[in-house]
Amino acid sequence: MANIVQFENVGLRYGTGQETLSDVSFALAAGAFHLLTGPSGAGKTSLLRLLYLAQRPSRGIIRLFGEDAVMMPRDRLPGFRRRIGVVFQDFRLVPHLSAWDNIALPLRVAGVVEADIQQPVREMLAWVGLADRAQSRPATLSGGEQQRVAIARAVIARPEMLVADEPTGNVDPDMAERLLHLFESLNRLGTTVVVATHDYHLLNRFPAARMMRLDKGRLIDPTGSLRYPPAVGIPA
Amino acid sequence: MSAAKGGGSTADRRVLDEASGVRAMTWVMAIMVFLTVLATALGLGTLTARAMLDRQLAGRMTIQVVDGDPARRDAVAARVTARLKGLSDVARVRSVDDATLARLLEPWLGSEAGSTELPMPALIDVDLRSADPAAATRVAAAVRAVAPGIAADRHERWMSPVSGVMTMLAALAGGLVLLMAVATGAVVLLAVRAALEAHRGTIEVMHMLGATDVQVARLFQRRLALDALVGGIGGGVAALAVAGLVGRRVEALGSELLGGVAMTGGDWVVLALVPFGFVMLAMLTARRAVLTDLRRTL
Repeated sequence: MANIVQFENVGLRYGTGQETLSDVSFALAAGAFHLLTGPSGAGKTSLLRLLYLAQRPSRGIIRLFGEDAVMMPRDRLPGFRRRIGVVFQDFRLVPHLSAWDNIALPLRVAGVVEADIQQPVREMLAWVGLADRAQSRPATLSGGEQQRVAIARAVIARPEMLVADEPTGNVDPDMAERLLHLFESLNRLGTTVVVATHDYHLLNRFPAARMMRLDKGRLIDPTGSLRYPPAVGIPA
Repeated sequence: MSAAKGGGSTADRRVLDEASGVRAMTWVMAIMVFLTVLATALGLGTLTARAMLDRQLAGRMTIQVVDGDPARRDAVAARVTARLKGLSDVARVRSVDDATLARLLEPWLGSEAGSTELPMPALIDVDLRSADPAAATRVAAAVRAVAPGIAADRHERWMSPVSGVMTMLAALAGGLVLLMAVATGAVVLLAVRAALEAHRGTIEVMHMLGATDVQVARLFQRRLALDALVGGIGGGVAALAVAGLVGRRVEALGSELLGGVAMTGGDWVVLALVPFGFVMLAMLTARRAVLTDLRRTL
């Protein structure tokens, strides 16, 4: 399986502070399901920000879809970002747009004509169980509903890679499992999925997922198996 | 799925629908365009009046024969008139009659202006064939050869201060238009910066979804153009109405000088284009401001 992402000795420092990420090296196989775990403040969100090109590293090499993402000219970033779906931890829905318009946004950004937007958005709303909330604005939706809109927005354009930061943090266990199964079905269609979570129960339910563990900005890889990690049992 | 070319859907515009900073542009633009159209009207009207004045005065002069003895005065005036009619530079000679002269002097001398006891000069109006100052000099020399003490004045010289004031007014109007344009650009810049701050979160999300800087800039441009167009047309129509009203009042004065402050059809077209020029200015300023700001982000 070819690697869709490769990090080599990547370090990230905000301002003049300590490094948030240090010497992070790993590779993500295309089409695989990856779980990124670690305690709060371990650097999961920072690592994901590097993955979805919201940030450039302070040092190291990042190759994304076979290209150097560190030296990539700024005007090439939008094309790469369209290949990545992102579920933000804080959802980042556009507050004055309805659930429908929020979900349709990636397609509109990609220049898809309005007539071709209707069907996928309708399907996506039904898929996340929000068909009856299509015209609701984020402020009128519960945290879980907002999260589902954010997930629908991330996957509607069928990205090659889906990056989700704590996507199940605001939903009940049933919905969390449903959402991860949803990610799995996307994964089966060929999408590489990277999910950051600290929910170990959830991790146990997906033994086929490859796991990376971060602690204090470093990838914990005592056996070396985590660089291309096989499915491992996770402590319950 | 097919890709849309150009975009511009209502849905796109909704992304910045609550841009209150941009929305304020409608009123700002209405006021700016109102003032600019009026300043432009003033400038164009003054230029037209100056051109008319120049046309009217160029190549005209008045010969003044001053003599305390009316008989001698009239004899000299007759000799001068005869000499003038024989000059090739002269197109027309007309003696100003006593009644006209009395009427001209009445504001200064009152009813005594027509009195035979006051020594009045004899005035002869001369139209030259060309506006060339050399022709006026030749004519003046010719009449002084007939009667050395007489005065020959070019009308152009009398009215040159008026023409100068008109030129200054037109330049002032041009300066005002320029200042309005600069002020409008500055206001647009501030409004766009405020709107960018208000929508920073939305812009970040759009960037993360793969929107290009140009796509984001286009959203602001469209929103601003729409607001500026509404304001510009409102302000422009109001200013055109005021300019038309003032023009009619000036016309009604019947003044030869002020009557020239009327605008031509071309002038009205220029005035009607001012709002669109300002909308264009606003759009380009907004685009540049947004692109410059976005370049600072990843």
